[in-house]
Amino acid sequence: MNASITEHKRTSLAEFAAERLIRGSGIMAIVFVFLIFAFLLREGLPAFTEVPLDNLFSARWYPIEEYYGILPLIFGSLVVTIGAAIIAMPIGLLTAIFIAEIAPRWLREILKPLIEVVAGIPSVVLGFFGVVILSSLVRETLNLPTGLTAFTGSVILAYMALPTIVSVAEDALDAVPRSYRDAALALGATKWQTIWMVTVKAGKSGILTAMMLGIGRAIGETMAVLMVTGNAARVALEPGALFMPVRTMTATIAAEMGEVAQGSAHFHVLFAIGIVLFVITFLVNLVASFAIFRQSKRSARLLS
Amino acid sequence: MRNLGLVLLLSVLVLTACGGPASAQPSSAGSQRTIEDVGSDTIVNLALAWAEAYQKIRPDISISVSGGGSGTGLAALINGTTDIANASRKIKAEEIADAQQNGVEPYEIEIARDAIGVIVHLDNPVQQLTLQQISDIYSGKIINWQELGGEDRPIVLLSRESNSGTHVYFLEEVVRLGQQANKTLFSQDTLLLPSSEGIIAEVRQNPNAIGYDGLGYITPEVKTLAIAPQAGGEYVKPSIDTVNNGQYPIARPLFMYTPGEPQDEVKIYLDWVLGPEGQKIVGDLGFVPLH
Amino acid sequence: MSRFAIQRLGIGFLVLVTIAVIVPIVLVVGTIVVQGLAAINGEFLFSAPRNGMREGGIWPAIVGTFWLTIGTAIFSVPLGVAIAIYLSEYARDNRFTRMIRLAIINLAGVPSIVYGLFGLGLFVLALGFGSSILAGSLTLSIMTLPVIISTAEEALRSVPQSFRTVSISLGGTKWQTIRKVVLPNALPGIITGVILGLERAAGETAPILFTVAAFYLPTLPDSLLDKSMALPYHLFVISTQVPGMPLQLQFGTALVLMAFVLSMTLIATIIRSYYRRKRVW
Repeated sequence: MNASITEHKRTSLAEFAAERLIRGSGIMAIVFVFLIFAFLLREGLPAFTEVPLDNLFSARWYPIEEYYGILPLIFGSLVVTIGAAIIAMPIGLLTAIFIAEIAPRWLREILKPLIEVVAGIPSVVLGFFGVVILSSLVRETLNLPTGLTAFTGSVILAYMALPTIVSVAEDALDAVPRSYRDAALALGATKWQTIWMVTVKAGKSGILTAMMLGIGRAIGETMAVLMVTGNAARVALEPGALFMPVRTMTATIAAEMGEVAQGSAHFHVLFAIGIVLFVITFLVNLVASFAIFRQSKRSARLLS
Repeated sequence: MRNLGLVLLLSVLVLTACGGPASAQPSSAGSQRTIEDVGSDTIVNLALAWAEAYQKIRPDISISVSGGGSGTGLAALINGTTDIANASRKIKAEEIADAQQNGVEPYEIEIARDAIGVIVHLDNPVQQLTLQQISDIYSGKIINWQELGGEDRPIVLLSRESNSGTHVYFLEEVVRLGQQANKTLFSQDTLLLPSSEGIIAEVRQNPNAIGYDGLGYITPEVKTLAIAPQAGGEYVKPSIDTVNNGQYPIARPLFMYTPGEPQDEVKIYLDWVLGPEGQKIVGDLGFVPLH
Repeated sequence: MSRFAIQRLGIGFLVLVTIAVIVPIVLVVGTIVVQGLAAINGEFLFSAPRNGMREGGIWPAIVGTFWLTIGTAIFSVPLGVAIAIYLSEYARDNRFTRMIRLAIINLAGVPSIVYGLFGLGLFVLALGFGSSILAGSLTLSIMTLPVIISTAEEALRSVPQSFRTVSISLGGTKWQTIRKVVLPNALPGIITGVILGLERAAGETAPILFTVAAFYLPTLPDSLLDKSMALPYHLFVISTQVPGMPLQLQFGTALVLMAFVLSMTLIATIIRSYYRRKRVW
């Protein structure tokens, strides 16, 4: 019986071909990751031989005079990303709690799509807003020398990360079984106590995933950051660093790649920065995927 | 609002689908000669104006213009992917060597002149600076406007990205005062903005800022400083006259480079650029015509 | 303070935070819509930029983004759906499958500018496509794959197992079951995923910077190997590169780009909710 079905399957050539193609396609996802990494390595590795390591890991980035120190760029990306995380994580979590636990149904139906709209606004549009409105607002209200700072970038990145954080965290809270809450309430806890001591605790891993995915998105953002952070390559190890201009890895690639002669040391260093970015986001996503929150529907989509 | 967006999108989709890709153009790919023109952001708007005007006289020639910086243009020339490279600085010896290695012999044409204005916010009381002072500002030796007779404000340094010819010219002729052996660099606090327009936008809003830009970009919403070549020298504002009589110290030629001596349509186009019609556009855009 | 007072304070605080999140969103979208609408008319939408982009319209950029989106769909939809079918219908829970999933998660996390570098390295330089619609579409396709795969897989998985059992027990082969039963039932979900993926492709600037985008082209592209203008890059150009650019045109371009992208979200949402209501299981 089994054998005859197999026999029947094999007779249809088209069916056989289709199945083969589909089975073969699965491996393409792996192939692409390797291709991306291979091409970054191919163009980026020569940088490590062409540029002395003490130059590459110095604090001065000025490629036209052959200063290829990538530390200020890594520093810049870190500052902007940490700033965005500090802003987006608490706000995102609190908003998710409000939407999942407190808001009445009608309000939830308005708030959820409204926040997801931000994910659909192209980053150039947000960058445009940052230049036109946010930067002078930041300079005047905080009394800074210039509004083109890491902080301005962080604010924009925080808003870009919010839809991811809110949706995934809200899914996580939503998935906490009703009975947990009922039990807490029956024991005399207030709604507020239930939220913090039961629901949020139970949804912890999903919330963690939400944070990681949000941060992953922030590190890789390019255009808005290029437009608003001022792009001064400088390692400022001081408390006010968040309120100074910084130059991120992504902005550096975007601003300089167009210029360089193919095959020059500068060209290779820019690809090497690409390797650093790739590895960082790889690690962040790896961590996020260990804690990944599987049941949710929207979280899968917002992985992107 | 969402419905409006939808209607908009649908109408666009339908119209595009009906028209197909070549709908807006009368001629087909075969009869259309495309000239690629890539490079300096200083020149890009001038190149664009030329391309638009030339399109009217010669509809059969399509000129594709891209910016990205002088380095971008020369890199494209070296890699053999462009017909014309725009550069706001002279081609470097290494670049010529690279080009020759690829079998390309860069041919230089001076197409216009440009003065670089040093600009500040309209409310900034400072009116004039010497080259030495500007150098000290950009290398980080002077950090407060008070030292220059202005208000007690920190100086925010604005510069173009390092891929722009304007940046390189400013580094060599102003920050390093034209001295070959001088290896002064821009202060690390210098903000590198991706475009000329970005500099104007920030200077317009920020009373702490100082920036520099090609004359063609400078609008009346910012203040252009008068500059003296040395202390005690005459302070001069940039204009067509002061550039042509050599009084204004920060002026430079703008170039187009072609792979080998220009031929056929490219030559006809460049002759037009250098002719009275082309040079009139130079003046209209705030650059300095050759004659 | 009683715990109920704490609760009241706490909830009040949550309301404030949510308002702080929502208000800027509404302001940003509102400003773009209001300011942008003033710029939009037939000439703006359907003519080429003139006078150094300070006048005229954005037609070549709209067309460029349209073709890039179509090009992206041609490459990414068949492959993305095939991988999703593989994952939901064929893959066993083994090491290989886990590697594929890890790869997809990683593709999703790769920064868009790194896709740009990759596209430059592979399509523009190594394969010699040059800066072209082909190179740009391929770059964007790989970037959109993870979105398409994860949404399509979810749609396929949501088709009840019993449907498959019935089809197989009636003598259908596995492939017939997939093609005639599973795919049609999952189609709305798959379309939603495709649209969401393409929406991201349409709005991105970084991957097309080095692979396709042109500052200004007087003619529309007429082959896959042409450069093209594109809406997001055009907005970047006119908001940073062009002197004396009227703010209105910038807002107008921002509005068209946002409308283009958000209307795709809207279509996806409509499809999703329409079929969810019709769904019988």
